Amino acid sequence: MSARAGWPLYEVFVRGKRGLNHVHVGSLHAPDDEMAVHAARDVYTRRNEGVSIWVVRADAITASSPDEKDPMFAPSGDKVYRHPTFYEIPADVPHI
Amino acid sequence: MSATALDSPDVDVDPGLQEQFDATIAAERRIEPRDWMPEGYRRTLVRQIAQHAHSEIIGMQPEGDWLLRAPSLRRKAVLLAKVQDEAGHGMYLYSAAETLGADRADLTDRLIDGRQKYSSIFNYPTLTFADVGVIGWLVDGAAICNQVPLCRSSYGPYARAMVRVCKEESFHQRQGYELLLTMMRGTPEQRAMVQDAVDRWWWPSLMMFGPPDTDSPNSAQSMAWGIKRHSNDELRQRFVDMTVPQAAFLGVTLPDPDLALDPSTGRYRFGAIDWEELKRVISGAGPCNAERIARRRAARDDNAWVTEAAIAYARKHEARS
Ligand SMILES: [Fe+2]
Ligand SMILES: [Fe+2]
Repeated sequence: MSARAGWPLYEVFVRGKRGLNHVHVGSLHAPDDEMAVHAARDVYTRRNEGVSIWVVRADAITASSPDEKDPMFAPSGDKVYRHPTFYEIPADVPHI
Repeated sequence: MSATALDSPDVDVDPGLQEQFDATIAAERRIEPRDWMPEGYRRTLVRQIAQHAHSEIIGMQPEGDWLLRAPSLRRKAVLLAKVQDEAGHGMYLYSAAETLGADRADLTDRLIDGRQKYSSIFNYPTLTFADVGVIGWLVDGAAICNQVPLCRSSYGPYARAMVRVCKEESFHQRQGYELLLTMMRGTPEQRAMVQDAVDRWWWPSLMMFGPPDTDSPNSAQSMAWGIKRHSNDELRQRFVDMTVPQAAFLGVTLPDPDLALDPSTGRYRFGAIDWEELKRVISGAGPCNAERIARRRAARDDNAWVTEAAIAYARKHEARS
Protein backbone atom coordinates (compact mmCIF):
# COMPACT_ATOMS: atom_id res chain seq x y z
CA MET A 1 0.00 0.00 0.00
CA SER A 2 1.28 3.44 -0.77
CA ALA A 3 1.36 6.23 1.80
CA ARG A 4 -1.06 8.38 -0.18
CA ALA A 5 -3.84 5.90 0.50
CA GLY A 6 -3.96 7.22 4.07
CA TRP A 7 -5.00 10.71 2.97
CA PRO A 8 -8.77 11.10 2.73
CA LEU A 9 -10.50 12.44 -0.37
CA TYR A 10 -11.95 15.96 -0.23
CA GLU A 11 -14.39 17.56 -2.64
CA VAL A 12 -13.63 21.19 -3.47
CA PHE A 13 -16.14 24.00 -4.06
CA VAL A 14 -15.18 27.48 -5.22
CA ARG A 15 -17.13 30.76 -5.20
CA GLY A 16 -16.05 32.35 -8.47
CA LYS A 17 -16.89 35.86 -7.39
CA ARG A 18 -19.10 37.71 -4.95
CA GLY A 19 -22.76 37.15 -5.72
CA LEU A 20 -22.30 33.58 -7.03
CA ASN A 21 -22.78 30.23 -5.32
CA HIS A 22 -19.90 27.93 -4.54
CA VAL A 23 -19.55 25.44 -7.38
CA HIS A 24 -17.97 22.00 -7.29
CA VAL A 25 -14.63 22.05 -9.14
CA GLY A 26 -12.99 18.72 -8.34
CA SER A 27 -11.34 16.78 -5.58
CA LEU A 28 -8.01 16.23 -3.90
CA HIS A 29 -6.38 14.22 -1.13
CA ALA A 30 -5.16 15.91 2.03
CA PRO A 31 -4.29 14.79 5.55
CA ASP A 32 -6.68 17.25 7.24
CA ASP A 33 -9.15 20.07 6.60
CA GLU A 34 -6.63 22.87 6.83
CA MET A 35 -4.18 21.27 4.42
CA ALA A 36 -7.10 20.54 2.10
CA VAL A 37 -7.90 24.26 1.88
CA HIS A 38 -4.25 25.11 1.17
CA ALA A 39 -3.99 22.43 -1.50
CA ALA A 40 -7.32 23.50 -3.03
CA ARG A 41 -6.01 27.02 -3.33
CA ASP A 42 -2.93 25.80 -5.23
CA VAL A 43 -4.72 23.30 -7.42
CA TYR A 44 -7.96 25.11 -8.26
CA THR A 45 -7.38 28.87 -7.91
CA ARG A 46 -4.00 29.74 -9.42
CA ARG A 47 -5.54 32.54 -11.50
CA ASN A 48 -8.07 34.27 -9.25
CA GLU A 49 -10.73 31.72 -10.10
CA GLY A 50 -12.29 32.22 -6.71
CA VAL A 51 -12.88 34.41 -3.69
CA SER A 52 -13.82 31.61 -1.31
CA ILE A 53 -13.15 27.86 -1.07
CA TRP A 54 -15.09 25.11 0.70
CA VAL A 55 -13.61 21.68 1.20
CA VAL A 56 -15.58 18.76 2.53
CA ARG A 57 -14.57 15.18 3.07
CA ALA A 58 -16.09 13.10 0.30
CA ASP A 59 -17.27 10.46 2.78
CA ALA A 60 -19.38 13.13 4.54
CA ILE A 61 -21.48 13.80 1.44
CA THR A 62 -24.85 12.13 1.01
CA ALA A 63 -26.04 12.13 -2.59
CA SER A 64 -29.08 10.95 -4.46
CA SER A 65 -28.47 8.23 -7.03
CA PRO A 66 -29.68 8.40 -10.59
CA ASP A 67 -31.67 5.20 -10.02
CA GLU A 68 -33.59 6.97 -7.28
CA LYS A 69 -34.36 9.66 -9.79
CA ASP A 70 -38.06 9.04 -9.98
CA PRO A 71 -39.06 9.24 -6.31
CA MET A 72 -36.52 12.02 -5.67
CA PHE A 73 -37.31 14.34 -8.51
CA ALA A 74 -40.83 13.38 -9.54
CA PRO A 75 -42.56 15.72 -7.02
CA SER A 76 -41.00 18.75 -8.69
CA GLY A 77 -41.75 17.33 -12.13
CA ASP A 78 -45.53 17.56 -11.59
CA LYS A 79 -45.48 20.96 -9.90
CA VAL A 80 -45.22 22.93 -13.10
CA TYR A 81 -46.83 25.91 -11.37
CA ARG A 82 -43.45 26.51 -9.74
CA HIS A 83 -42.13 27.78 -13.05
CA PRO A 84 -42.82 31.28 -14.34
CA THR A 85 -43.80 29.98 -17.77
CA PHE A 86 -46.85 28.30 -16.15
CA TYR A 87 -48.60 31.67 -16.04
CA GLU A 88 -50.05 33.27 -19.10
CA ILE A 89 -49.57 37.01 -19.17
CA PRO A 90 -50.68 39.17 -22.10
CA ALA A 91 -47.72 40.19 -24.23
CA ASP A 92 -48.37 43.93 -23.82
CA VAL A 93 -47.86 43.96 -20.03
CA PRO A 94 -44.45 45.64 -19.61
CA HIS A 95 -41.53 44.39 -17.47
CA ILE A 96 -42.94 41.05 -16.38
CA MET B 1 -10.14 -0.58 -8.22
CA SER B 2 -9.31 -4.21 -8.77
CA ALA B 3 -8.39 -5.53 -12.16
CA THR B 4 -11.09 -8.16 -11.91
CA ALA B 5 -13.79 -5.56 -11.40
CA LEU B 6 -12.51 -3.75 -14.47
CA ASP B 7 -12.36 -6.81 -16.64
CA SER B 8 -15.65 -8.43 -15.73
CA PRO B 9 -18.13 -8.36 -18.60
CA ASP B 10 -21.51 -6.76 -18.19
CA VAL B 11 -23.38 -9.87 -17.14
CA ASP B 12 -26.93 -9.68 -15.83
CA VAL B 13 -27.25 -6.05 -16.76
CA ASP B 14 -30.75 -4.65 -16.83
CA PRO B 15 -31.24 -3.89 -20.55
CA GLY B 16 -32.96 -0.66 -19.50
CA LEU B 17 -29.65 0.61 -18.13
CA GLN B 18 -27.79 -0.02 -21.36
CA GLU B 19 -30.61 1.63 -23.28
CA GLN B 20 -30.51 4.68 -21.05
CA PHE B 21 -26.73 4.91 -21.45
CA ASP B 22 -26.95 4.61 -25.24
CA ALA B 23 -29.68 7.25 -25.36
CA THR B 24 -27.61 9.66 -23.27
CA ILE B 25 -24.62 9.25 -25.60
CA ALA B 26 -26.80 9.55 -28.71
CA ALA B 27 -28.36 12.77 -27.40
CA GLU B 28 -24.87 14.23 -26.77
CA ARG B 29 -25.62 14.51 -23.07
CA ARG B 30 -22.94 13.78 -20.49
CA ILE B 31 -22.43 10.62 -18.48
CA GLU B 32 -21.89 11.45 -14.80
CA PRO B 33 -20.08 9.45 -12.12
CA ARG B 34 -23.06 7.75 -10.48
CA ASP B 35 -24.67 6.74 -13.76
CA TRP B 36 -24.58 3.15 -14.87
CA MET B 37 -22.01 2.65 -17.64
CA PRO B 38 -20.68 -0.38 -19.54
CA GLU B 39 -17.49 -1.79 -18.03
CA GLY B 40 -15.65 -1.27 -21.32
CA TYR B 41 -16.52 2.42 -21.24
CA ARG B 42 -15.29 2.75 -17.67
CA ARG B 43 -12.13 0.78 -18.38
CA THR B 44 -11.31 2.79 -21.50
CA LEU B 45 -11.83 6.06 -19.66
CA VAL B 46 -9.70 5.07 -16.68
CA ARG B 47 -6.90 4.04 -19.03
CA GLN B 48 -7.11 7.20 -21.13
CA ILE B 49 -7.50 9.64 -18.21
CA ALA B 50 -4.72 7.98 -16.22
CA GLN B 51 -2.40 8.05 -19.23
CA HIS B 52 -3.25 11.70 -19.71
CA ALA B 53 -2.64 12.49 -16.02
CA HIS B 54 0.68 10.64 -16.06
CA SER B 55 1.73 12.66 -19.13
CA GLU B 56 1.10 15.93 -17.31
CA ILE B 57 3.11 14.77 -14.29
CA ILE B 58 6.04 13.27 -16.24
CA GLY B 59 5.82 16.29 -18.56
CA MET B 60 7.08 18.51 -15.75
CA GLN B 61 10.51 16.89 -15.94
CA PRO B 62 11.93 17.98 -19.32
CA GLU B 63 11.15 21.64 -18.64
CA GLY B 64 11.84 21.32 -14.94
CA ASP B 65 15.44 20.56 -15.92
CA TRP B 66 15.76 24.25 -16.91
CA LEU B 67 14.19 25.83 -13.84
CA LEU B 68 17.52 26.43 -12.14
CA ARG B 69 19.24 27.47 -15.36
CA ALA B 70 16.68 29.89 -16.81
CA PRO B 71 18.52 32.88 -18.30
CA SER B 72 16.57 35.57 -16.42
CA LEU B 73 14.29 35.98 -13.44
CA ARG B 74 11.38 36.68 -15.78
CA ARG B 75 11.91 33.46 -17.72
CA LYS B 76 12.33 31.55 -14.49
CA ALA B 77 9.06 32.89 -13.03
CA VAL B 78 7.21 32.04 -16.27
CA LEU B 79 8.67 28.55 -16.45
CA LEU B 80 7.89 27.89 -12.80
CA ALA B 81 4.26 28.93 -13.34
CA LYS B 82 4.04 26.75 -16.42
CA VAL B 83 5.48 23.68 -14.72
CA GLN B 84 3.17 24.26 -11.74
CA ASP B 85 0.22 24.35 -14.13
CA GLU B 86 1.22 20.95 -15.50
CA ALA B 87 1.16 19.56 -11.96
CA GLY B 88 -2.32 21.07 -11.63
CA HIS B 89 -3.41 19.41 -14.88
CA GLY B 90 -2.27 16.07 -13.51
CA MET B 91 -4.30 16.71 -10.35
CA TYR B 92 -7.50 17.62 -12.26
CA LEU B 93 -7.16 14.43 -14.26
CA TYR B 94 -6.43 12.10 -11.34
CA SER B 95 -9.47 13.66 -9.70
CA ALA B 96 -11.57 12.77 -12.77
CA ALA B 97 -10.17 9.21 -12.77
CA GLU B 98 -11.17 8.80 -9.14
CA THR B 99 -14.81 9.51 -9.97
CA LEU B 100 -14.64 6.22 -11.92
CA GLY B 101 -13.50 4.29 -8.88
CA ALA B 102 -9.77 4.40 -9.59
CA ASP B 103 -7.36 5.12 -6.76
CA ARG B 104 -4.82 7.88 -7.31
CA ALA B 105 -1.96 6.18 -5.48
CA ASP B 106 -2.63 2.95 -7.33
CA LEU B 107 -2.49 4.77 -10.68
CA THR B 108 0.90 6.22 -9.76
CA ASP B 109 2.12 2.73 -8.86
CA ARG B 110 0.94 1.51 -12.25
CA LEU B 111 2.87 4.27 -13.98
CA ILE B 112 6.04 3.49 -12.07
CA ASP B 113 5.70 -0.27 -12.66
CA GLY B 114 5.24 0.36 -16.38
CA ARG B 115 1.69 -1.03 -16.41
CA GLN B 116 0.34 2.32 -17.62
CA LYS B 117 1.87 4.63 -20.19
CA TYR B 118 2.40 8.34 -20.71
CA SER B 119 2.96 10.45 -23.81
CA SER B 120 6.05 9.42 -25.76
CA ILE B 121 7.09 13.06 -26.23
CA PHE B 122 8.43 13.43 -22.69
CA ASN B 123 11.10 10.83 -23.28
CA TYR B 124 13.23 13.26 -25.28
CA PRO B 125 15.88 15.43 -23.59
CA THR B 126 15.87 19.23 -23.36
CA LEU B 127 19.37 20.10 -24.53
CA THR B 128 19.24 23.90 -24.63
CA PHE B 129 16.98 26.68 -23.38
CA ALA B 130 15.51 26.92 -26.88
CA ASP B 131 13.94 23.52 -26.15
CA VAL B 132 11.80 25.21 -23.49
CA GLY B 133 10.41 27.55 -26.13
CA VAL B 134 9.89 24.78 -28.67
CA ILE B 135 8.08 22.61 -26.13
CA GLY B 136 5.68 25.47 -25.38
CA TRP B 137 5.11 26.14 -29.05
CA LEU B 138 4.97 22.61 -30.51
CA VAL B 139 4.29 20.22 -27.62
CA ASP B 140 1.72 22.38 -25.86
CA GLY B 141 0.39 23.35 -29.29
CA ALA B 142 -0.15 19.68 -30.15
CA ALA B 143 -1.67 19.11 -26.71
CA ILE B 144 -4.14 21.92 -27.39
CA CYS B 145 -5.20 20.28 -30.67
CA ASN B 146 -5.77 17.03 -28.81
CA GLN B 147 -7.48 18.54 -25.79
CA VAL B 148 -9.88 21.12 -27.19
CA PRO B 149 -12.21 18.45 -28.66
CA LEU B 150 -12.02 16.55 -25.35
CA CYS B 151 -13.87 19.44 -23.70
CA ARG B 152 -16.90 17.78 -25.36
CA SER B 153 -16.00 14.27 -24.20
CA SER B 154 -19.07 12.27 -23.16
CA TYR B 155 -17.80 11.73 -19.61
CA GLY B 156 -18.67 14.85 -17.59
CA PRO B 157 -15.75 15.00 -15.13
CA TYR B 158 -13.21 14.43 -17.92
CA ALA B 159 -14.78 17.10 -20.12
CA ARG B 160 -14.83 19.59 -17.25
CA ALA B 161 -11.19 18.88 -16.38
CA MET B 162 -10.32 19.51 -20.03
CA VAL B 163 -12.07 22.90 -19.97
CA ARG B 164 -9.82 23.96 -17.09
CA VAL B 165 -6.73 22.56 -18.77
CA CYS B 166 -7.44 24.25 -22.10
CA LYS B 167 -7.88 27.65 -20.46
CA GLU B 168 -4.34 27.34 -19.13
CA GLU B 169 -2.67 25.84 -22.18
CA SER B 170 -2.92 29.01 -24.21
CA PHE B 171 -0.50 30.70 -21.81
CA HIS B 172 1.86 27.75 -22.23
CA GLN B 173 1.94 27.98 -25.98
CA ARG B 174 2.24 31.75 -26.09
CA GLN B 175 5.10 31.96 -23.60
CA GLY B 176 6.98 29.39 -25.69
CA TYR B 177 6.42 31.20 -28.96
CA GLU B 178 7.36 34.54 -27.42
CA LEU B 179 10.57 33.01 -26.06
CA LEU B 180 11.45 31.78 -29.56
CA LEU B 181 10.64 35.14 -31.15
CA THR B 182 13.01 36.74 -28.66
CA MET B 183 15.80 34.29 -29.45
CA MET B 184 15.26 34.72 -33.18
CA ARG B 185 15.88 38.45 -32.75
CA GLY B 186 19.17 37.61 -30.98
CA THR B 187 22.56 36.40 -32.16
CA PRO B 188 23.21 33.92 -35.01
CA GLU B 189 24.08 31.35 -32.32
CA GLN B 190 20.70 31.85 -30.67
CA ARG B 191 18.90 31.49 -33.99
CA ALA B 192 20.85 28.30 -34.64
CA MET B 193 19.77 26.98 -31.23
CA VAL B 194 16.13 27.55 -32.09
CA GLN B 195 16.47 25.82 -35.45
CA ASP B 196 18.26 22.89 -33.85
CA ALA B 197 15.53 22.52 -31.23
CA VAL B 198 12.81 22.67 -33.92
CA ASP B 199 14.64 20.00 -35.92
CA ARG B 200 14.72 17.68 -32.92
CA TRP B 201 11.14 18.23 -31.68
CA TRP B 202 9.14 18.42 -34.93
CA TRP B 203 8.74 14.71 -35.66
CA PRO B 204 8.20 13.63 -32.05
CA SER B 205 5.48 16.33 -31.86
CA LEU B 206 3.67 14.77 -34.82
CA MET B 207 3.90 11.39 -33.09
CA MET B 208 2.03 12.83 -30.07
CA PHE B 209 -1.23 12.25 -31.96
CA GLY B 210 -0.66 8.51 -31.80
CA PRO B 211 -0.46 5.82 -34.47
CA PRO B 212 -2.07 6.34 -37.89
CA ASP B 213 -5.80 5.63 -38.13
CA THR B 214 -5.08 2.42 -40.02
CA ASP B 215 -3.21 1.13 -36.95
CA SER B 216 -5.43 2.45 -34.14
CA PRO B 217 -7.78 -0.44 -33.37
CA ASN B 218 -9.62 1.08 -30.38
CA SER B 219 -10.35 4.45 -31.93
CA ALA B 220 -13.67 3.49 -33.52
CA GLN B 221 -15.16 2.32 -30.21
CA SER B 222 -13.85 5.41 -28.38
CA MET B 223 -15.43 7.63 -31.00
CA ALA B 224 -18.73 5.75 -30.81
CA TRP B 225 -18.72 6.33 -27.06
CA GLY B 226 -17.95 10.02 -27.50
CA ILE B 227 -14.74 9.65 -25.48
CA LYS B 228 -12.75 10.67 -28.51
CA ARG B 229 -14.03 13.20 -31.04
CA HIS B 230 -11.62 13.11 -33.98
CA SER B 231 -9.24 10.54 -35.39
CA ASN B 232 -5.49 10.70 -34.77
CA ASP B 233 -4.73 11.58 -38.38
CA GLU B 234 -7.35 14.33 -38.50
CA LEU B 235 -5.91 16.01 -35.40
CA ARG B 236 -2.36 15.61 -36.70
CA GLN B 237 -3.34 17.28 -39.96
CA ARG B 238 -4.95 20.19 -38.09
CA PHE B 239 -1.79 20.66 -36.08
CA VAL B 240 0.39 20.74 -39.20
CA ASP B 241 -1.93 23.25 -40.89
CA MET B 242 -1.84 25.50 -37.83
CA THR B 243 1.88 25.27 -37.29
CA VAL B 244 3.43 25.72 -40.72
CA PRO B 245 2.54 29.44 -40.99
CA GLN B 246 3.77 29.98 -37.42
CA ALA B 247 7.14 28.46 -38.37
CA ALA B 248 7.35 30.78 -41.36
CA PHE B 249 6.64 33.81 -39.19
CA LEU B 250 9.29 32.70 -36.73
CA GLY B 251 11.81 32.25 -39.56
CA VAL B 252 12.60 28.58 -38.96
CA THR B 253 12.31 25.66 -41.35
CA LEU B 254 10.55 22.42 -40.47
CA PRO B 255 12.73 19.34 -41.08
CA ASP B 256 10.55 17.76 -43.75
CA PRO B 257 11.44 18.11 -47.45
CA ASP B 258 7.99 16.77 -48.42
CA LEU B 259 6.09 19.45 -46.54
CA ALA B 260 4.02 21.36 -49.11
CA LEU B 261 0.68 23.07 -49.45
CA ASP B 262 -1.81 21.05 -51.44
CA PRO B 263 -3.63 23.72 -53.43
CA SER B 264 -6.62 21.45 -54.09
CA THR B 265 -7.39 21.02 -50.36
CA GLY B 266 -5.68 24.03 -48.81
CA ARG B 267 -3.98 21.65 -46.40
CA TYR B 268 -0.33 20.71 -45.98
CA ARG B 269 1.00 17.39 -47.17
CA PHE B 270 3.83 16.05 -45.08
CA GLY B 271 6.40 13.26 -45.21
CA ALA B 272 6.23 9.76 -43.74
CA ILE B 273 6.46 9.48 -39.97
CA ASP B 274 8.89 6.97 -38.50
CA TRP B 275 6.38 4.77 -36.68
CA GLU B 276 9.13 2.41 -35.62
CA GLU B 277 10.59 5.23 -33.56
CA LEU B 278 7.22 5.82 -31.87
CA LYS B 279 6.93 2.12 -31.05
CA ARG B 280 10.46 2.09 -29.65
CA VAL B 281 9.91 5.12 -27.44
CA ILE B 282 6.50 3.94 -26.20
CA SER B 283 7.87 0.54 -25.32
CA GLY B 284 10.55 2.08 -23.12
CA ALA B 285 13.59 2.49 -25.36
CA GLY B 286 13.46 6.26 -25.84
CA PRO B 287 16.41 8.42 -24.80
CA CYS B 288 15.00 9.33 -21.36
CA ASN B 289 12.38 6.71 -20.42
CA ALA B 290 14.42 5.16 -17.61
CA GLU B 291 15.42 8.54 -16.22
CA ARG B 292 11.83 9.84 -16.18
CA ILE B 293 10.43 6.85 -14.34
CA ALA B 294 13.39 6.72 -11.93
CA ARG B 295 12.73 10.34 -10.99
CA ARG B 296 9.00 9.68 -10.47
CA ARG B 297 9.79 6.62 -8.38
CA ALA B 298 12.21 8.61 -6.23
CA ALA B 299 9.59 11.33 -5.72
CA ARG B 300 7.12 8.73 -4.48
CA ASP B 301 9.53 6.80 -2.28
CA ASP B 302 11.68 9.61 -0.90
CA ASN B 303 8.66 11.71 0.05
CA ALA B 304 6.66 8.89 1.59
CA TRP B 305 7.75 9.98 5.06
CA VAL B 306 6.16 13.40 4.52
CA THR B 307 2.77 11.95 3.65
CA GLU B 308 3.01 9.56 6.58
CA ALA B 309 4.01 12.30 9.02
CA ALA B 310 1.19 14.56 7.83
CA ILE B 311 -1.47 11.94 8.41
CA ALA B 312 0.01 10.99 11.80
CA TYR B 313 -0.11 14.65 12.82
CA ALA B 314 -3.73 14.97 11.61
CA ARG B 315 -4.81 11.85 13.55
CA LYS B 316 -3.12 13.08 16.71
CA HIS B 317 -5.00 16.37 16.52
CA GLU B 318 -8.28 14.65 15.72
CA ALA B 319 -7.87 12.46 18.81
CA ARG B 320 -7.28 15.51 21.03
CA SER B 321 -10.29 17.52 19.90
FE1 LIG C 1 -0.84 20.38 -19.47
FE1 LIG D 1 0.86 22.72 -21.02
